[in-house]
Amino acid sequence: MDLWFSEFHTPDVKHSIRVTRHLYSGRSDYQQIDVFDTPEFGRVLTLDGSVMLTERDEFIYDEMITHVPMAVHPNIRDVLVIGAGDGGVVKELTRYSQIRRIDLIEMDPQVIEVCRTYLPENASRLDDERVHIRFENALRSIRRSNGNYDLIIVDSTDPFGPGEGLFTREFYGNCFSALRPDGIMVNQQGSPFYRQDAEAMQRSHKRIYTTFPISRIYQAHIPTYAAGYWLFGFASKRYHPVDDLNAEKWSSLGLETRYYTPLLHVGSFYLPAFLENMLREVEQDNSQTVL
Amino acid sequence: MDRTNKPKLDQRRAPIYEALENFRQMRVVPFDVPGHKRGRGNPELTAFLGEQCVSVDVNSMKPLDNLSHPISVIREAEMLAADAFGASYAFLMVGGTTSAVQSMLLSSCKRGDEIILPRNVHRSVINALVLCGAVPVYVDPDVDRRLGISLGMCRRDVARAIREHPNAVAVLVNNPTYYGICSDLRAIVRMAHEAGMLCLVDEAHGTHFYFGDDMPVSAMAAGADMSAVSMHKSGGSLTQSSLLLIGPQMSVGYVRQIINLTQTTSASYLLMSSLDISRRNLALRGRTVFARVGEMAEYAREEINEIGGYYAFGKELVNGDSVFAFDTTKLSVHTRDIGLAGIEVYDILRDEYDIQIEFGEIGNILAYLSMGDRPQELERLVSALADIRRRYQRSSIGLLSQEYIDPEVVMSPQDAFYAPKRSVPLEKSVGEVCSEFVMCYPPGIPILAPGERITSQILDYIEYARSKGCSLTGPEDLAIENINIVIGGKK
Ligand SMILES: Cc1ncc(COP(=O)(O)O)c(C=O)c1O
Repeated sequence: MDLWFSEFHTPDVKHSIRVTRHLYSGRSDYQQIDVFDTPEFGRVLTLDGSVMLTERDEFIYDEMITHVPMAVHPNIRDVLVIGAGDGGVVKELTRYSQIRRIDLIEMDPQVIEVCRTYLPENASRLDDERVHIRFENALRSIRRSNGNYDLIIVDSTDPFGPGEGLFTREFYGNCFSALRPDGIMVNQQGSPFYRQDAEAMQRSHKRIYTTFPISRIYQAHIPTYAAGYWLFGFASKRYHPVDDLNAEKWSSLGLETRYYTPLLHVGSFYLPAFLENMLREVEQDNSQTVL
Repeated sequence: MDRTNKPKLDQRRAPIYEALENFRQMRVVPFDVPGHKRGRGNPELTAFLGEQCVSVDVNSMKPLDNLSHPISVIREAEMLAADAFGASYAFLMVGGTTSAVQSMLLSSCKRGDEIILPRNVHRSVINALVLCGAVPVYVDPDVDRRLGISLGMCRRDVARAIREHPNAVAVLVNNPTYYGICSDLRAIVRMAHEAGMLCLVDEAHGTHFYFGDDMPVSAMAAGADMSAVSMHKSGGSLTQSSLLLIGPQMSVGYVRQIINLTQTTSASYLLMSSLDISRRNLALRGRTVFARVGEMAEYAREEINEIGGYYAFGKELVNGDSVFAFDTTKLSVHTRDIGLAGIEVYDILRDEYDIQIEFGEIGNILAYLSMGDRPQELERLVSALADIRRRYQRSSIGLLSQEYIDPEVVMSPQDAFYAPKRSVPLEKSVGEVCSEFVMCYPPGIPILAPGERITSQILDYIEYARSKGCSLTGPEDLAIENINIVIGGKK
């Protein structure tokens, strides 16, 4: 039998993974959820037909979105994670004993249910006593919290579906208010390679750049995402992602990682010229409503 | 209750839509207009609008009836619409609600007749007076000073106008205003009828009143004689499609003659089928749909009021008279207390948050909610308002409140519009009689109408609205630096 999962990365580019078994298929109130077993990537979770995570390359994303801010901010205690129902980010965060509270806001309870059942390894730390899960619209809950968090991690789906609200200026603005005066927000910023993705990345970078005093982009190589090339946004009120990196302190924690290292941390902020140009284009465009 | 209108016809039917579907199957060869011939002659247009759409952009013909003289499917569609809205007859309109308002006024008054109406009417009403030569008798609407908005008419003021102008032929009522405010329509209908006058209703913002529980009374249920209903607003049909409803006292044939004075002879089947399908949807599912819209608006009001600074007003405005009822599907927010004019919030929402709302004026914004809205977009709107407050909040000292300016009507709109006139710089026009319109669009309620005295208070208001970024429209001079005045009108 010749069974493949395919995802269009653009209307003219298709990425396919051979499937051995289609384990789960269901429609929640928000999206289509599927789980596959595959020979190359192990178990795969897709939402609305887009790969969210695979057992094989999940560590890259989860480590890069978590350890980068954790190695910069000297004292992260309260963390808000948005999206991330698969539990991968929480799994990394719970390795830090200094963290005393992790609020997880996921709009779709069914994603968590499916991950607990089919990706138990990934979801294993969702039951940690510091983790508080709330099922609601992230825009709504963030509006209501102010100044309580040291770190916000935005682990959203792409900007063309139910996650659209997490790429808006109103969302970033309310995140800014929800952070302490030295807080950091990290988000997945999509891929800069294909045009539609690049434009979405530019739009949201511009919104973050005009909201936070410090806003930088860093990159990682993630095979199952569009172009295998992924970006993260580091937005911060006080700490600089490279100048304030405390490599010794982070290393002294003795956390074992497979992708992240303090050296790579610095390197990931060095970007290719085409991407630097794209970012400069929106950073220099400071058109705002004149009152 | 008497107003729960129970349709008697089979509202699952949509005769125009059905006829178009049949027509498509027949694959008739077109040697008639429109010249694009089912889109073949205009491939770019077809690619843009879709083949499905251009293939039903056809001309009137026997199987599809004719809007100017309906005898088959259009007539059936009109009767179904009348049945669904509880009217004696319903006319499908293809020239916007403007055409419905015009036909309503042209059917009821002629040159020199007096008509009683509030000043905060849409420009289409006063335009119709320019066309027919009737003379407006304005009832000052009540005003909410804190919000700076015009409310409905008080019963006592309508009664006085009727007493002082016993020869007036009609009373016109907004049901509701843009902000969702309703006068005591039943009482006004009764007063008008007792005085032998017609009651006409501009229901551009009240289509859903016919299909909701707990909604303000609709014009037909209140016994009004005619109503202009914007199906394309809350009814979900295509832009420019509308309905004119009439009660039992009006002659269907005469009203049709009036409509045909200005109506196209090539009415669009896209518009007519959209009316047909939307009417069916409203009749079958309207109650559920609008209950949901009402809940969303209520939710948004609570959330916005929780932000602080903003005031999203609702049912608490109801006072038994000039706010006899409030349409809770409307979402209006008073913004002056965060130090921003409504028009400024409107601009910021569009420029910085990619959110387009219906309008902003001096002290308020209005977001239009409808059957097409979803909770996730509402969350964006509320969050954007919270973020705007965080970024821009400032003292509201120096922000004007919108005052109702009591107009001095010197001559009828028609006389003023056609009078010998000249153009003068705006700042030199104090004391003159205006011969054209000036308004912010939207909401399109004239600041100055033809025949009204220009005062320095009005000019200050125009300058302030301009400085805050309102789009001014109306005058012949598009730059709105000059204004046409009636020669010899100065006091
Ligand atoms: C109160 C009122 N009446 C009439 C109209 C005219 O409707 P249309 O734009 O469909 O011609 C409008 C339009 O905004 C309106 O607000």
